[in-house]
Amino acid sequence: MSAAPAFVVKGGRLVDATGVRSGDVVVGDDGSIVAVGPDLSAPETLDAAGCVVSPGFVDIHSHLREPGKEEAETVETGARGAAVGGYTCILAMPNTTPAIDSASVVREVLDLGRSAPCDVRTSGAITVGRAGSQLAPMAELAGLGVTLFTDDGAGVQDNLLMRRAMEYAAGLGVTLAQHCEDDALCGGGHMHEGEWSSRLGIAGQPAEAEELMVMRDIALARLTGAKLHFQHMSTAGSLAMIAGAKAAGLDITCESTTHHFTLTHANCATYDPVFKVNPPLRTDEDVAAVKAGIGNGTVDCIATDHAPHTPDDKIQPFDEAPPGMLGLETALALALTELDLEIEQIVGLLSWKPAAIIGADDRHGRPIAEGNPANLCVFDPDEEWTIDGAAMQSKSRNTPYAGRRVRGRVRHTILEGEAVVRNGEPTR
Amino acid sequence: MAERERRMTRPTGGVFVARSRVMDADDIARATRRMAHEIIEANSGLDDVCLIGLQTGGVPLARALANALAEIDGDDVASTEVPLGRLDVAFHRDDIGIRPTMPEAITDVPFHIDDKVVVLVDDVLYTGRTIRAALDALTSFGRPHAVQLAVMVDRGHRELPIRPDYVGKNLPTRHDESVDVTADGVDLGELR
Amino acid sequence: MSDLLSISDLERADVEQLLDLTDHFVEVSARPIPKVPALRGKTVVSLFYEDSTRTRLSFETAAKRLSADTMNFSVSTSSVKKGESLRDTALTIEAMGIDCIVVRHKSAGVPWQLTRWVDAAVVNAGDGWHEHPTQALLDCYTLRQKRGSLDGMHIAIVGDVKHSRVARSDIAAFTKLGAEVTVVAPPTLLPPAIETYPVKVSHDLDAVLPSVDAVYLLRMQRERMTEALLPSLREYTSTYGLTVARAELLRDDATVMHPGPMNRGVEIDGDIADFDRSVIVDQVRNGVSVRMAVLFLLLGSGSDLHNAIPASESEERSA
Repeated sequence: MSAAPAFVVKGGRLVDATGVRSGDVVVGDDGSIVAVGPDLSAPETLDAAGCVVSPGFVDIHSHLREPGKEEAETVETGARGAAVGGYTCILAMPNTTPAIDSASVVREVLDLGRSAPCDVRTSGAITVGRAGSQLAPMAELAGLGVTLFTDDGAGVQDNLLMRRAMEYAAGLGVTLAQHCEDDALCGGGHMHEGEWSSRLGIAGQPAEAEELMVMRDIALARLTGAKLHFQHMSTAGSLAMIAGAKAAGLDITCESTTHHFTLTHANCATYDPVFKVNPPLRTDEDVAAVKAGIGNGTVDCIATDHAPHTPDDKIQPFDEAPPGMLGLETALALALTELDLEIEQIVGLLSWKPAAIIGADDRHGRPIAEGNPANLCVFDPDEEWTIDGAAMQSKSRNTPYAGRRVRGRVRHTILEGEAVVRNGEPTR
Repeated sequence: MAERERRMTRPTGGVFVARSRVMDADDIARATRRMAHEIIEANSGLDDVCLIGLQTGGVPLARALANALAEIDGDDVASTEVPLGRLDVAFHRDDIGIRPTMPEAITDVPFHIDDKVVVLVDDVLYTGRTIRAALDALTSFGRPHAVQLAVMVDRGHRELPIRPDYVGKNLPTRHDESVDVTADGVDLGELR
Repeated sequence: MSDLLSISDLERADVEQLLDLTDHFVEVSARPIPKVPALRGKTVVSLFYEDSTRTRLSFETAAKRLSADTMNFSVSTSSVKKGESLRDTALTIEAMGIDCIVVRHKSAGVPWQLTRWVDAAVVNAGDGWHEHPTQALLDCYTLRQKRGSLDGMHIAIVGDVKHSRVARSDIAAFTKLGAEVTVVAPPTLLPPAIETYPVKVSHDLDAVLPSVDAVYLLRMQRERMTEALLPSLREYTSTYGLTVARAELLRDDATVMHPGPMNRGVEIDGDIADFDRSVIVDQVRNGVSVRMAVLFLLLGSGSDLHNAIPASESEERSA
């Protein structure tokens, strides 16, 4: 044993891609796992009695707002919230100001992340300024470690440009991710077009605005052979097409967010913009389809689409408020409370499956075994608690779940061998 | 608004329970005829006299007075009909915003009151606040030559400088008692 | 009731109570001096983020006839222009000690948001495409005045239902009071999920007109052409406008309504707007009385005072 034992995670149930078993985990002072087995000891003990010990979670869809909107969130506060939520790795979305479309902004975000209590990685924009007209320097960004490109916040509207982006990305071995919304068909809608938008008098956007782009991108993926990831899939129709494309052998993955399997457009009835999000909250049938897709593997991972907004931004009229809601600190509990799945399936959707999509599986989502990096999450799957925006680490408060009783809470998060969250509290 | 409806409104509410009958139907008819004579006498006839009953307890009494006046007056001046109106004073009360206040019935004053003698008619005169509200309401219809007041029962306890011109019966009461006037008679009792 | 936000929130009995109360204010409005002291000392603010001279004047007249003080918060010349948030504006107004905010906003739901921030009564004077409850109340009142009751009536609502707060409130109010409603419009001007509304749908005005007791024409806005919802105003008028020729299809006792302001020659022919079956002027007149009823119910009736006074303080004291 080259590293000295630093502490032991004691008494937990170990859940990783290899299965479920009980055992203690000794973490070494070099940040790696030095031993796994029964009745181990170390100079310090982290109690995991009644808890699940799993690989740390990976969120491949976090809006960290820095640079440009530091009053809503910073890389540091976002990362701290992520740690409290059990994440050891998050992927920043590029819709900052300026957009993450150049080497300098990529370096800035990665620099900001180096001192954060979570492994912060970043996506890159597909087009310059996310403006949808000119390709961003993808090769240069890939050279800095960017593995996933997206214009998230908007979809790439131009068919030819998207084809070129896919062809170019295929040559670099990186993944393109799409925020699927046909802007023209959305027609300035602020929520799902249907019974509720009609009744509330709010302009809606039809499910087909998402599905049209899913359909197009599947066709383009077939044409170009590119590796394609669909972000925040929210409709039954989208998931059916993706299931079909996967069955046809295309190299496609997709994510669903926690809010798309826990909330519906009926939640907008209070006109509280905290429920405004893109893609919008959909129907009961869509929620059922998302849950089914998560269960049957059509959906590859759960993402948060963590999107902080200041209170000032979120008290505007519904149609003027920006879309987005917090997610990092509630995802695990919502998944455990709302999804009727085995624990290892839920942990996989939060950990090793998203890690593989963005190539973070070099350090995250790995089996809990000697020699692997100690990026771990220890959570009590049975603890009940009430969600409270004011108690969150995020700079913002826009959780749509305030007051909701949920089950499952993170006790400790271990990043590269350091307990960055102990007993639910961040240590730095 | 007449006492009988007013006291039934929330928040106090309650059911009137009669204890003793102080006037029967005949007494009321007799008192009505007497008041009619007094009105004619005080005004030297019925020229320019009009009656306005306060919604809702004063309205049947005003109608009875009008009938009595027509019978008496009919002897000398054929087909004189005293103009008859009804007034709901809810919007003029001084306790709006303090107690629940809703109008009971539609106001209907289908004649001009300018330079007329308006006889306000109500069933029970108590604090005088309803009459104050009625005087206020009248000003939005015009400027009468004079306003007089006829009530079936004056139970005392005035809180404003208001006195009746024509009274069916003076009835000493306590504050915690209640007076109920119907066509059948006048009862003294309390709210339970 | 502490606010009037929408018709959809109301029960039939609530609507009927307001219409019954309106009778009293129609009487007050007919007096030589059409003013009562009912809301003396109350202050009503109109907070209009969208121009609407008619509705604002109607509310102000109603408030003044009830002796309330009125303030007009003019958005175009105020701090809102300087970027003040809705919430700050509301809190600022409330700090001045006002009792009621009458709000008009281009965004649906703003009246709901206001109720979360202020204690004052909030009256929705139109929020985006959503609702315009006092318009629906005055429409119901006008129909009731004309025909006694809405029960069993057949009313056609014609035109841009999709973008119309008047249509949403009227559909809710008319059907609550027992009328049958048919909306008549091209599919591009119908709201999504129209099948979830308690209405029949038609795209053929000529077929509907002979069977209706009332036809309600919505205002057609010119910007709809640029959104590819209609080819042209001319085509709209020829298919959905109440032209003189088409009005021949109406029964003799049918009533013609319009919320104003009218586009004469577009949704309604000028001659029809003025003819005797049209109650458009009555609608405007009743609007003041209906709004008096709303303001009185919210601010004067003490509907919020139930059991506020201990029974021991005998109410006989002020009888």
